[in-house]
Amino acid sequence: MRRNNRVAAILTGMASIGASGIAHADTIGIAKPYQYGFQPSATEIMEQTEFMHNDFLLPLTIVIFVFVLILLGYTMFRFRESAHPEPRRFTHNAFIEVLWTLVPTVIVAIVAILGVKQLQFQDTPPSEPEITIKAIGHQWYWEYEYVDDDFVFDSLMIEEEDLTEGQPRLLSTDAHIVLPVNTIVRLLVTASPIDVIHAWTIPAFGVKVDAIPGRLNERWFRVMPGFEGRYHGQCSELCGARHSYMPIVVDIVSKEEYQAWLVTAKAEYAGLEAPTATIAALTVSSELSN
Amino acid sequence: MSHEATADAHHDDHTPKGFRRWMFSTNHKDIGTLYLIFAIAAGLVGGGMSILMRMELQSPGLQFFTDPHLFNVMITGHGLVMVFFMVMPALIGGFGNWFLPIMIGAPDMAFPRMNNVSFWLMPPALLLLVSSIFIGDGVGTGWTAYAPLSTTGTDSLSMTLAIFSLHLAGTSSILGAINFITTILNMRAPGMTLHKMPLFVWSVLVTAFLLLLAMPVFAGALTMLLTDSNFGTSFFSAEGGGDPVLYQHLFWFFGHPEVYILILPGFGIVSEIISTFSKKPIFGYLGMAYAMVAIGVVGFVVWAHHMYTVGMTLDSQIYFTAATLVIAVPTGIKIFSWIATMWGGSLTFKTPMLFALGMIVLFTMGGVTGVVLANGGVDQTMHDTYYVVAHFHYTMSMGAMFSIFAGFYYWFGKMSGYQYNETLGKLHFWIVFIGVNLIFLPQHFLGLAGMPRRIVDYPDAYAGWNELSSYGAYLSFFGAILFIFIIVQAFIVKKKVGNNQWGEGATTLEWTLTSPPPFHQFNELPHIK
Repeated sequence: MRRNNRVAAILTGMASIGASGIAHADTIGIAKPYQYGFQPSATEIMEQTEFMHNDFLLPLTIVIFVFVLILLGYTMFRFRESAHPEPRRFTHNAFIEVLWTLVPTVIVAIVAILGVKQLQFQDTPPSEPEITIKAIGHQWYWEYEYVDDDFVFDSLMIEEEDLTEGQPRLLSTDAHIVLPVNTIVRLLVTASPIDVIHAWTIPAFGVKVDAIPGRLNERWFRVMPGFEGRYHGQCSELCGARHSYMPIVVDIVSKEEYQAWLVTAKAEYAGLEAPTATIAALTVSSELSN
Repeated sequence: MSHEATADAHHDDHTPKGFRRWMFSTNHKDIGTLYLIFAIAAGLVGGGMSILMRMELQSPGLQFFTDPHLFNVMITGHGLVMVFFMVMPALIGGFGNWFLPIMIGAPDMAFPRMNNVSFWLMPPALLLLVSSIFIGDGVGTGWTAYAPLSTTGTDSLSMTLAIFSLHLAGTSSILGAINFITTILNMRAPGMTLHKMPLFVWSVLVTAFLLLLAMPVFAGALTMLLTDSNFGTSFFSAEGGGDPVLYQHLFWFFGHPEVYILILPGFGIVSEIISTFSKKPIFGYLGMAYAMVAIGVVGFVVWAHHMYTVGMTLDSQIYFTAATLVIAVPTGIKIFSWIATMWGGSLTFKTPMLFALGMIVLFTMGGVTGVVLANGGVDQTMHDTYYVVAHFHYTMSMGAMFSIFAGFYYWFGKMSGYQYNETLGKLHFWIVFIGVNLIFLPQHFLGLAGMPRRIVDYPDAYAGWNELSSYGAYLSFFGAILFIFIIVQAFIVKKKVGNNQWGEGATTLEWTLTSPPPFHQFNELPHIK
């Protein structure tokens, strides 16, 4: 079903490609009105999370909750005063006490085993990542560095009055991350040393990483074939007054489109270097605080 | 002063009046009353803040908080007021002071004057917190006050006031904890062995130990924040070689036990009420008591499950996932033991019982979403979304709040001597029950769909559930107003209640006394068989 979109994206994408991202991408990673589940899973990591939640934890917790509810309701009905005026006096039953200790222990152990498997999968990329990008949190925008190709750019939210047709409010940025599909990406996340903590996330990727001053956090993800399109996320750690206004946008394109984008991006963003900018900011700030 | 010393000999209370009675009080029941009044007042402040937030979030765009920072100030205020100035004073200071000495057959707390200090540290603490909103720009960090936002990213004067507020509240808690532990360990009536204590007393004992161990760590972390932002230290600032994550570890080492501090006394109250209205002793008493001890102990070694996204090693994530899941077992024991207590009983459904049953249902709901969130892998997606907000409000705003309401209705007659209006009480329960579910059930969906916490404005797709959530908040607030009305009405009607208004099921010692109890009870210690 997404194949048609993909073809269309390739056909139109070549013409409309610009350094800020792909102009008419099919938006996949966004919430819908009255949505009550996850956004579509675009990576294996999120597929596992979706399986873990939708196919395992959600049914399990519903069964437990409904079981407690029925048990409680039945007890309330059967032993109401009008139906059962003479209370019994028992206070112990070793068998049932052992039972309701052991059964939850077994359930919890199964949850833990599956949970540990998922954590291990999330932690270790299946092979060496092909692309490394770095997201640097600032109050209140993201700076991205394409480490392999040595260029950086800032990504700021588009204010409401500047939005154009089809750009969702609070989720659109002037420059997007562009990444190829079916490619293992190493994501490095940090914040400028003089900044506060932010968190980088794309819900559809199942990736959320805190951007912490002085720390370099690493995650990996690979967007599955057929999931070319646009993905939105929002800063997920309270970072001050404009915390609500530092969205994240990722465009996933075909490998060919990515190569084409790299050429224009390098041309446009050449000359901006992250380390100098950061050191300059650091100097200015320490002067101010003195 | 001299005639007070001989009061007992005369079998005459010589109750001090007015200013002397309430300001200089060393009487555990009067101090308990002060705590309860304080908690209700703080609850209205904190609840009012949540109404302002829900009004803002009712529809997309900025409605009232044109300065988003002010919204963050509300978030901070709501969290801190509810945790430190509403739930803790109500459960531990209020019901703990009122009923713990009576339940173990003691005439008063072990250190009555320290008890007075514990209470009177609270109003200045709240005053400092409220003044932090008006002096300076306010604290916009959330109740967690993560560094470096709290050291460099928010108004330093406001933050300092808030830190002092929490220092005072923390001191009050530590003094209270020492008092409760000493009272329980030394002042039990003859025959009242540890294993005969009512479960509410057990719950306060465990809570007091948690407070005693967790609060100093919090005070230390706050002091480090204070010196970081005012005296140029850099415990938590990366530019000076510090580590922002260190603050989170210290905070949550306190913060996780803190959430059990909030809920454990509620467990105790619910146990008493379920037993009373089932006319049946508690099922599996020892299991219930030691389940609380287990929750308290394990509660100290799971803190970093609040921090799955900070970049912990795989091994740490695996450990904290496994350790957190363990808590489900003792919690399950408690839920099942409550149902087993009811099984075979003869149940009446008065207002306290309704709130206790509501607490069991809603806490179970908050418990199962806790099992979901315990998984570090799933939490990569859930962390800092509204799913988390929904989860901890099901445990706190429903678990802790419903047990406070349950306890209030259960003991209101004992404390005041007057009967509350049963019909209005039940109406109050149903309004709050529907209201809170309307607020927080849709927030699970918002979280799954990816809506982050603590945002003043949200993408338009989240509008539907947010609107519903806000309506629930208004309904709940109406419930709060009705609650105040019920109290006022009871004091106007002045319908007297007897010593034991709940009948044969109510077996703890407070029901052997008059309603309200004498100013000094147990001049002759009761003997427990």
